[in-house]
Amino acid sequence: MLKIENLHAQVGETSILKGLSLTINAGEIHAIMGPNGAGKSTLAYTLGGRPGYDVTEGSATFDGQDLLALEPHERAAAGLFLGFQYPVEIPGVSNLQFLRESLNSQRRARGEEPLSGAEFIRLAKEKAGLLKMDMDMLKRPVNVGFSGGEKKRNEMVQMGIIDPKLALLDETDSGLDIDALRIVGEGINSIMRKPDKAVLLITHYQRLLDLVKPDFVHVLAGGRIVRSGGAELALELEEQGYEAVA
Amino acid sequence: MTNVIPLPTRKDEAWRYADLDALARVWGDVPQGPERIIVPAGETLSKQIVLPVAMSGVSITDLDVVIEAGATFALHLLATDADYGRMSVNVLLHEGAHFEMGGAILGHADQTLEIVTSVNHAHPNATSNQVVRSVLAGHATGSFLGKVAVARHAQKTDASQSVKAMLLDRTATANAKPELEIYADDVKCAHGATVGELDKAALFYMAARGLPPSIARKLMLQAFIADAFVSLEDDAARETIETRALAALEGLA
Repeated sequence: MLKIENLHAQVGETSILKGLSLTINAGEIHAIMGPNGAGKSTLAYTLGGRPGYDVTEGSATFDGQDLLALEPHERAAAGLFLGFQYPVEIPGVSNLQFLRESLNSQRRARGEEPLSGAEFIRLAKEKAGLLKMDMDMLKRPVNVGFSGGEKKRNEMVQMGIIDPKLALLDETDSGLDIDALRIVGEGINSIMRKPDKAVLLITHYQRLLDLVKPDFVHVLAGGRIVRSGGAELALELEEQGYEAVA
Repeated sequence: MTNVIPLPTRKDEAWRYADLDALARVWGDVPQGPERIIVPAGETLSKQIVLPVAMSGVSITDLDVVIEAGATFALHLLATDADYGRMSVNVLLHEGAHFEMGGAILGHADQTLEIVTSVNHAHPNATSNQVVRSVLAGHATGSFLGKVAVARHAQKTDASQSVKAMLLDRTATANAKPELEIYADDVKCAHGATVGELDKAALFYMAARGLPPSIARKLMLQAFIADAFVSLEDDAARETIETRALAALEGLA
C-alpha cells in the first residue's frame, strides 16, 4: 500500500529525514517510536504534503501512485488520512460543515456521488457514537474550545467519517486520559483494522500499543529507521529505553 | 445642485486614507449633506446598506443618526462595489440608547473602501457595538476610522469596537484607527484591531481532510465576515446581505 524508499526531507535548511525506508501492506498496523527530534512528526507532515517540508531525495508510492507528486488534498482523496498531533482550530466553521465539504470533495475527486445532507448526518452520528462524542460538539466550530482529549477524539471521528485506506496517526494518544485512550484505541481498531486498510501509529508510549496491537514496530532515530521488529520490540523499548535498543 | 463645501484634504483626520483624486472628479455631483435618520424614543430600527454602484466608480454614503432615549438602531453595511467607496456614519446616542453596527469591506484590484464612524455618547447609560471585517486582495485599501466620544456626564457608557482585516495579498493595505475621547469616569470602552492573513496551519489541516485550497479559503473567509452580520436579527435580511457579501468574496480570489 505504502512504499517509502530512501526518503530524505528537510525543513528550511535543516535535514531531518536521512534515508528512511518503510513498506506498509494492506491489513497491517505499524508503530513508529523514537526519541524526541528523531523525525517522527516530520515523516507524517512530509507524507501529508505540508508546505515547508521538502523532499530532497527518495520516493514514496501509495497504491502505485507517486504520493509526493500529489497536492495535500489529492493525497487525502487518494485515501491517506493524517491524524494531527495538534489539531488546528478553525473559528466559525462548524465540524459538520467542514467534514461534509471535505468528504464530498474527496468523493467528487474520486468520481463518486457526493452524500446528501441526510446521508451525511446519519454517517456522522454513527461515527460520533463510536467515539462517544456528543453530536452537539460536531455542530461547534472545528476544535474551538475543545480540550486536548476532545481534539484527539474529534480526529478519530473525522477518520471514521472519511474512512481512509491508510491512517498516519501522529501521537494521537498524547494528552488523553485513561478512559479517552481506551475509546480512541477501540475507535482505531473498529475503523481501521480491516484487510484492505493500514495504519502507521506514531507514539512515545506502550499504552496505546496495548490497545491497538501493532504487527510491526520500528525505531526511528536520526532520521532513519534503525531497528524493526514485532510488537515485543515496543516492550523492550519501554524497559530499556531508546539508547540501549537503537 | 453644486456642492459648495470645499474638497476635503488629507489633513482632515476623517479623510486621511481617502482616494481624494477620485473624489475630486465627482465632488461637484456628490449630494450635499448627509441623510438624516431619527429613531424615536423606545423604538427599534434596523437598516442594511450595500454601498451603491455610482458615478465614475465613486460612491459616498453619509448618514447622520439620532437615536433617542431607550431606542435601538442596528446598521449593517457592505462596502464592495466601487473604485472609491466611503460610508460615513455620525451617531448621537441619547440616554439608554443602543447603536449596533456590523460592516464588511471586501476589496480587490485598486479599490479604496472605507467606513468612517463617529459615535457620540452624549448621555448616560447608552451602549454601542461596532464590528468591522475586511478582506482585501490585490492593491486594495480598506480602512475603518472609528471615533467614540463620551461626554462628561455620560456615565455607564459601554462602547466597543472590534476591527479585523484579512489580507489575501501582501500588496493590499488595511487601516484601522480607533479614536476614543472620554470625559466621563465610569465607562467601559473596549476596542481591538488586528490585521492578518489566512491561517496557513488551518489551510493545511483542511487540505489534509481533502478540501481543495479554493474551498478551504472560501469556508474560512465566510466564517470571518459572518462576524459582521451575526447581530442582524432578521434572518431574511441577514441572508440577503450575506449572499451579496459571499458573491463579492468569490470575486476577490
